[in-house]
This record gives sequence, structure tokens and C-alpha cells, in this order.
Amino acid sequence: MITDEPAIWTQGLRKSYPGRGAALDGIDLAVPAGTVHGLLGPNGAGKTTTVRILATLAGFDAGQAWVAGRNVARDRAGVRARIGVAGQYAAVDGVLSGRQNLEMFARLHRMRAKAARQRADELLERFDLVEAAGRPVRGYSGGMRRRLDLAVSLIRSPRVLFLDEPTTGLDPRSRIEVWDAVRELASSGTTVLLTTQYLEEADRLCSRITMVDRGRVVAEGSPEELKASVGGRDLDEAFLLITEGA
Amino acid sequence: MTTVTDASTVHGSRITWAIVDTWVVARRHLLHLVRRPDELLGTLMIPVMAVAMFGFVFGEAFGVAMDVPGAEYREFLLPGLFALTMAFGIGNTTISVAEDVRGGVLDRMRSLPMSPVAVLAGRALADMILAVVELGILLALGTLFGWQAHLGLGGVVAALGLLVLLRLAFSWVGILLGLLVSGPEAAMKYFALVFPLAMVADTIVPTDLMPGWLSIPAAWNPLSSTVIATRELFGNGVVPATTWVGEHAMTMAVAWPVAIIAVCLPLAMVRLRRLGR
Ligand SMILES: Nc1ncnc2c1ncn2[C@@H]1O[C@H](COP(=O)(O)OP(=O)(O)OP(=O)(O)O)[C@@H](O)[C@H]1O
Ligand SMILES: [Mg+2]
Repeated sequence: MITDEPAIWTQGLRKSYPGRGAALDGIDLAVPAGTVHGLLGPNGAGKTTTVRILATLAGFDAGQAWVAGRNVARDRAGVRARIGVAGQYAAVDGVLSGRQNLEMFARLHRMRAKAARQRADELLERFDLVEAAGRPVRGYSGGMRRRLDLAVSLIRSPRVLFLDEPTTGLDPRSRIEVWDAVRELASSGTTVLLTTQYLEEADRLCSRITMVDRGRVVAEGSPEELKASVGGRDLDEAFLLITEGA
Repeated sequence: MTTVTDASTVHGSRITWAIVDTWVVARRHLLHLVRRPDELLGTLMIPVMAVAMFGFVFGEAFGVAMDVPGAEYREFLLPGLFALTMAFGIGNTTISVAEDVRGGVLDRMRSLPMSPVAVLAGRALADMILAVVELGILLALGTLFGWQAHLGLGGVVAALGLLVLLRLAFSWVGILLGLLVSGPEAAMKYFALVFPLAMVADTIVPTDLMPGWLSIPAAWNPLSSTVIATRELFGNGVVPATTWVGEHAMTMAVAWPVAIIAVCLPLAMVRLRRLGR
């Protein structure tokens, strides 16, 4: 396997939902392995749709998509074995406890019972959920749920991690914890594709950013390049100028 | 960051994995029942109430209509209620699956390298285990009310097998519906549709007491075949069959569930793949 091929690569990705216009109208992405890449765009831009397609959860109408060297359309199982996903809304079982959730998903990742228990312990520790581990998840705060969701997506140390608005609704402390976790993952070689509405977040975490609007890529570059392209203003202004100009 | 070593992973064939994954998912649903016992009570309430209402409140009147004493009507009734309980399980299954679609748990499972069929089959397995528990309680309750199986243990085991098979079929119906409805609220709204399924059948009233136009769908209702077959296996006074399905109840009690599963399982798998597109 060639190591310098992008961990995520798409070309001309198109998708429309039945009875609607195009949700994605030709998305090109190339994310080098081991980097954090931001997908930035206003509501309805197509961020979640892109993530769902790359995570094998939705199909697409045209174009090509490769994740971790696997063809998304043809080798779903291959992709699934190499990715982690934390969706826009925490997808954990509300009735079970945090520990039961982690153990169950670890078992479904085909870990042995003992290894699953150990992994659950590690992740509970790492995401500061030890105290709440035995309580049903529906009694968790929004931030605790998101942290658990993130922990679940990291069970198998994925090669490529998709995070859809990972810090929306988190308090500043939890947000910084998530940022630290993302940086740590990237430094250990995981490729992260994260969508966000927070430009500060993209600026801090991402080595490159793809701005999307109405299903199209409207700008691509490092945070500095994007800022420079609009005359050295901050990323917020760059974002508004670029998406309005599109 | 800790990487998980390969020694922690188990290897096996696809079928082995489908079975293991199914059990892990089924275990999740059973843990729900342990954590929310009120739900189990809720499901048991229907058959228990039905025994009380139909056995005693309407029982005497039905007995008069059928020209038999109330006790004899209860002999006839109990196998009907066993099957009826299997049918009412559809509601629970549908709501549970619809909740998993809404809450994103199903999506999360779809993004895992697990067996795709196990995502749904876990629910079906949990339903079967639940059915055994429900039937155990109903058998005990029936015995308390003077109901008896007259043909020995073999007959009882065979009858229970047919009932659990019926529940498995209804479980796949519920899974398919849960993937099709817009959400758990819709599933609850349509719950009343279980009533005709459960009652336009040889469950509570013998079909020959129904108006002619109703007796035909009642005879062809999959529940009827199971009820007639189990009445035979329990030795609970069989009403002589007047229709082809009635005569072939034993065969149909197997054929119906198998056919229902053969239709609903593949459709549910297609629907699961296409979820959210
Ligand atoms: N299941 C669906 N059925 C129909 N249309 C959909 C569906 N999901 C998304 N869309 C439409 O596709 C477009 C892109 O939606 P998407 O959720 O990808 O946007 P997003 O960038 O994630 O937005 P947000 O910031 O609000 O999360 C929108 O116009 C949306 O209405
Ligand atoms: Mg979104």
C-alpha cells in the first residue's frame, strides 16, 4: 500500500435526496494521512451528507470516494473496519450505562469480553466519565453524552475518524478536552475529518480547510491561506465573504 | 494513545460472527428490560388482562353462544391467547426499532464492521427469548385458572415451538415496520391495527360464529393456523375444520411464519441499507 496516498479522497461527489435539488454538487476532497481537515460551511451546506457518505451510511449518485485506501462504494466492510464516526447527534443507547455502551460497541468491534472491558475502562478514564460510568446515559448532560459518543468512535483506534460538529453544545472546558483529544489522535497518526460551524475551532485544529456552500466547494487551503485570500482579515470574515461571493 | 493488539480480536467465519453479533445486540435489548422492568410488565399486562376479561367477563356469554360451559370455553380460549400475545409483541418490536432509527444507534451499528443482519436479528432473538418468558407466565396463569394440556410434555413443547416461531415471524414484521415508519410516535399511533390481526382469527371467538365474509380472512389469518395446531397439540378440544387452511393447520402453522420471514427479512435488510438516503 502506498503510504503517501490521501487517507480521504473524493472527486465530483454528487448526491440528491428524492424530491429535492442536489445536496452535494461535486465535492472534491484530498486529505493527507495523519492530518486534521476541516469541513466548514453554513447550515445545509452538505457537511453531514458528505460525512455520512464517507462513513458508508448513505449512498451517492456520482463521483468517486476512497477512505483509508478503500473504495467507499465497493468495499463498505473494508471502510467500516478502518473508520470511527461520531455523528452530529450523539448515537448512544440512553437506557444502558456509559460502561455498558462502550462494552457493547467494543464487542461489536469483535473484541473479546475481557479486552472490551479493559478498553471501556481506558476510555471512561480518558473522557472523564468514570464517575458516571454506571448510570444510564439518558441522565447524562449533553456534554457527557458527546464525550461518550466520541469515546465509542475511538474504540478500535480508527485510521480515519469522522467528527460531525464534535463540539456543538459543549461548554468551554469540554470543548478544550475534545480539541486535545483530536490533536492527540492526529499526532498518533489518525486522520480526522471534522465539520464545524466554529471558525475558531477550524483555525486551531485543522491544517487545511475545505469551505462548502450549497453542496459545492467554495474555497480550499490552510487557515492562513484562506485569511490571506480575503486580505488578512480573520477567518469569520473570510468565511462570510467567501460564502456570500459564491 | 493505546492501540488495541490483534490478540484481543476474535477471528471466525461469517456465520459465527453473525451469531455472536446477534447475541450481543439481543443482550442489549434484554438489558433494557432489566433496566426498565415496567416495559416487561406492560407487555405482560395485555395477555393477563385478556385471560381475566375474556375468560371470566365475556367467557360465560361466549360459552352460552358456543353452547358449552364457561370452563370449557376457557380451555378453548387459552391457546388463542397464547398466539394473541405473540401478535401483540409486534407493537413493542416496531417501537423499539423506530427508536433506534431516530436515536442514531442503528446508524452507529451500520458504521461498524459487524454483521449487517445481526443489527436487526438481535431484536428478533430478544423477542424470542421474551416470548418464552411470556408463554411461561401465561402457562402458569392458565393452569391456575384450570386450563390443562392433555397430551403430555411432547405436545406442550411442540406447541410452544410453534408459538415462538410465530413470534419470530411477527418480530420480522415489526422490524420491517419499524424501519418504514417515520418514528416511534407513528408506530404507537398505528398500534391499534394489531387488534384485527389478533382477533379476526380463531383466537377468542370460533370463526364459525363470525359473519361469513369475516370468517374467510379469519381462517386465513396466520394466527388461526397456529391456534388450531396448538389446540390440537395441547388436546384442547378441536372444532372440526371446515376450510382447507383449517384442515392443514399443522402444516400452515409452520408454512405461514416461514413465508412471512422469507418476505420480511430480506425487505428489512434492503431497507436498512437504504436508511437515510
Ligand atoms: N435525509 C434527508 N432527506 C432529504 N433531504 C436531506 C436529508 N438530509 C439532508 N438533506 C438536505 O441536504 C442538504 C444538505 O444537508 P446536510 O445535513 O448535509 O447539511 P449540513 O451542512 O450538515 O448542515 P448543518 O450545519 O445544519 O448540520 C440540505 O438542503 C438538507 O435539507
Ligand atoms: Mg450537519
